[in-house]
Amino acid sequence: MHSKTIAELSADLRARRVSSLELTRHFLDRVSRLDPGLNAFVSVTPEQAIAAAGAADRRLAAGDAGPLTGIPIAHKDLFCTRGVKTSCGSRMLDNFIAPYDATVVERLSQAGVVMLGKTNMDEFAMGSSNETSWYGPVCNPWDRARVPGGSSGGSAAAVAARLAPAATGTDTGGSIRQPAALCGLTGLKPTYGRVSRYGMIAFASSLDQSGPIATSAEDAALLLTAMAGFDPRDSTSLEHPVPDYRAQLDETAVAGLTIGLPREYFGDGLDPGVARAVEEAIAVYRRLGANVVEISLPNSALAVPTYYVVAPAECSSNLSRFDGVRFGYRCDEPRNLLDLYERSRGEGFGAEVKRRIMIGTYVLSAGYYDAYYLKAQRLRRLISEDFRRAFAEVDVILGPTAPTTAFPLGAKQDDPLTMYLCDIYTIAVNLAGLPALSLPCGLAGGLPVGLQLIGDYFDDGRLLGLAHAYQRETDWHRRIPPGYE
Amino acid sequence: MSLSEDDVKRIARLARLEIGAGDAPRYAHDLSAILAFVEQMGAVDTAAVTPMAHPLDAVQRLREDAVTEGDARAAFQAVAPRVERGLYLVPRVIE
Repeated sequence: MHSKTIAELSADLRARRVSSLELTRHFLDRVSRLDPGLNAFVSVTPEQAIAAAGAADRRLAAGDAGPLTGIPIAHKDLFCTRGVKTSCGSRMLDNFIAPYDATVVERLSQAGVVMLGKTNMDEFAMGSSNETSWYGPVCNPWDRARVPGGSSGGSAAAVAARLAPAATGTDTGGSIRQPAALCGLTGLKPTYGRVSRYGMIAFASSLDQSGPIATSAEDAALLLTAMAGFDPRDSTSLEHPVPDYRAQLDETAVAGLTIGLPREYFGDGLDPGVARAVEEAIAVYRRLGANVVEISLPNSALAVPTYYVVAPAECSSNLSRFDGVRFGYRCDEPRNLLDLYERSRGEGFGAEVKRRIMIGTYVLSAGYYDAYYLKAQRLRRLISEDFRRAFAEVDVILGPTAPTTAFPLGAKQDDPLTMYLCDIYTIAVNLAGLPALSLPCGLAGGLPVGLQLIGDYFDDGRLLGLAHAYQRETDWHRRIPPGYE
Repeated sequence: MSLSEDDVKRIARLARLEIGAGDAPRYAHDLSAILAFVEQMGAVDTAAVTPMAHPLDAVQRLREDAVTEGDARAAFQAVAPRVERGLYLVPRVIE
């Protein structure tokens, strides 16, 4: 059952070949047997899952079911889930039971999805390896001595090991696409504003966007259709109609499309094995009739430095809400109010979160604001104008998702800058607010390689269609890590 | 830009963040390296560029001035570290 896609499981549920209860028990059993070796879950919620599966089976019996009704999934532990611990991978929220559901969680439960539990992640989504979590690192099912990527590392490891058919993720600088790449999955960061941020614990609000991590583009399309849409409770949510992304999959014709390859994404630092797999994927698109041209995104090298001003600035502001007074961790026996704030935050946050809060505080402080923050916001426009010019010539941009395959646990943990460069190909997309997708396009040294497709605003459906066209020609997305078949 | 240990302590104070005395040198090193890295931004002249606040240049949406949320005080205070009679408790501020 666990080797099937959501689309296949959905057909089985409707044909009564399997019930949601059986499906849910099967995946819960896999979680309890296999997760101790991965650490992909922070919380497992079997009672709620069994109850939701029963309700889904009743909907299926009554003929009141949608394509996701009865499908088990996992949520990144950054989405608020009413009555269930929502830790954001931090000691600060280890005791936090969310009083309400995030809009994404609410929309998916209305669609009849069954939540299996909450997945591990880098603390407050700050990291590219899932090693900054208060709950310890997550192992990559393809090689348990390696990282799954981050920050949605638990979601990616859970789906790769087939502990869940799909999971939600969030992407501020690559946190859906990079773990999807390192774990051999299909992950989409939608257009900024496409999916509501309400109930997502905020990191950098002008960059954060949630999306699906699944085994196929078709499954990602089913999930995005349920997740997306205007939400008055998110002030940056866009009023833009949501198509049926799955119905659109076959309408995307590859023949005649122009694909742009940014030369900046194929230079020094790109692992040769990754480059080879990406070249082979380009050949598949050529064979399908795409026109492939080289383009330039001249300000690419400035994306990571720009991001490490904008994201920490927004993080320092967003994380000021954790004060030890209203929710979350509080230090023992505070001497006075200042001591309460400083020690609750000092003890509640880990080192990477503290680094970013301090960088953000510094770049926003008097005398430095113009030199850092305003400068970064100006560069952000130049970076997004690079894309605007490119999309005047090409329909979609293609390149690697990450410069390497999964690296060993601990390899980059002590050097923040080396870790930051894991996101060298993904960060510019967040600064520009564009949609982008990662899909598996081969193995290098036995480890998955991710192919990134970047689209113009609201071209989420076209990206899914292009990924689907590739997945009809290849079977990389069907590969399951050895030991998890 | 290189930060001293005193700079780190000042920034931590601004951020209401206690860092252990032994950790200041490590933070001074890491934060200085990150700031040196972001200095690359200076390579491009941006004097004529308008700062970008939103990818689609959207503006703040307005809504009717009407009550949209119910009273959730009990639910919110259920997750607070210390409350009494509907109030959040903190150490004494005024002696």
